[in-house]
Amino acid sequence: MEMLVFVLASAMVLAGAIGVVVRSNPVHAALSLVLTLFGIAVHFVALEAHFLAAVQVIVYAGAIVVLFLFVIMLLGVDKAEDLSIEPFPIQRPLAAVVGIGIAGLVIAAVVRGRDALQEGAPLDADGDNNIRALARNLFGDHVFAFEFTSVLLIVAVAGTVLLTRKSKKTAPDADGAE
Amino acid sequence: MSAALLAAAPTTTYYLVLSAVLFAVGAVGVMVRRNPLVMFMCVELMLNAVNLSFVALATRFGNIDGQTAVFFVMVVAAAEVVVGLGIIISILKRRPGATADDLAELKG
Repeated sequence: MEMLVFVLASAMVLAGAIGVVVRSNPVHAALSLVLTLFGIAVHFVALEAHFLAAVQVIVYAGAIVVLFLFVIMLLGVDKAEDLSIEPFPIQRPLAAVVGIGIAGLVIAAVVRGRDALQEGAPLDADGDNNIRALARNLFGDHVFAFEFTSVLLIVAVAGTVLLTRKSKKTAPDADGAE
Repeated sequence: MSAALLAAAPTTTYYLVLSAVLFAVGAVGVMVRRNPLVMFMCVELMLNAVNLSFVALATRFGNIDGQTAVFFVMVVAAAEVVVGLGIIISILKRRPGATADDLAELKG
């Protein structure tokens, strides 16, 4: 049963990932990304990380993909892109070689090191326990990092507003492009 | 697929292999695609691959620190997407239809 869940969720993840790379329409790519993110959330549930599964669905599939779709619609780039254009002749074969190389090297390292994964005790699997343990860890050991994330979010929001703001004095051509 | 294989529980190695394949697909996407928005989506794929391996190892070794790291990765990814999409919007407003290959010409 667990294996069936793993196989199905992995199929979702990989089908979505390949969809993101090969679909020519950005809207379809964003929807394929949703499939991948849901597959990852299923894996998180199977791995007893219930809080992260919920955050994955809410933040990634909910907020980030909606932001992507919003930008696609705002800019009107929801047209299919011509994927047959290849700016550098050797780019795609080289990318395939690099991709297979990355996957091959990491898989080789994981398979060689799988004996090290046999030691140690697994996490205590309990629904409530996961959130409680995560909260203790987050607000205990990592409370400064947690507080700094609020600074990061403020800086990101302020910076984005500043970036996309129309400045009439310095960039008069920005108005005409709309 | 045989019933015996389906009865077994997936080990951490399976998750790490899946994570490696997902990361490679995302990396190929960043290298191949020319639309900056789709390149961003491929970066998200790579971040999710790393998150999956973090959670798999955290569960395997009973150490919740891995899940905390994933939490921070998600926060930083959200901030990164906001800033990145802001930059993409301001570029594409000036040059509609710009691809990643044209960005070198967009100075000034």
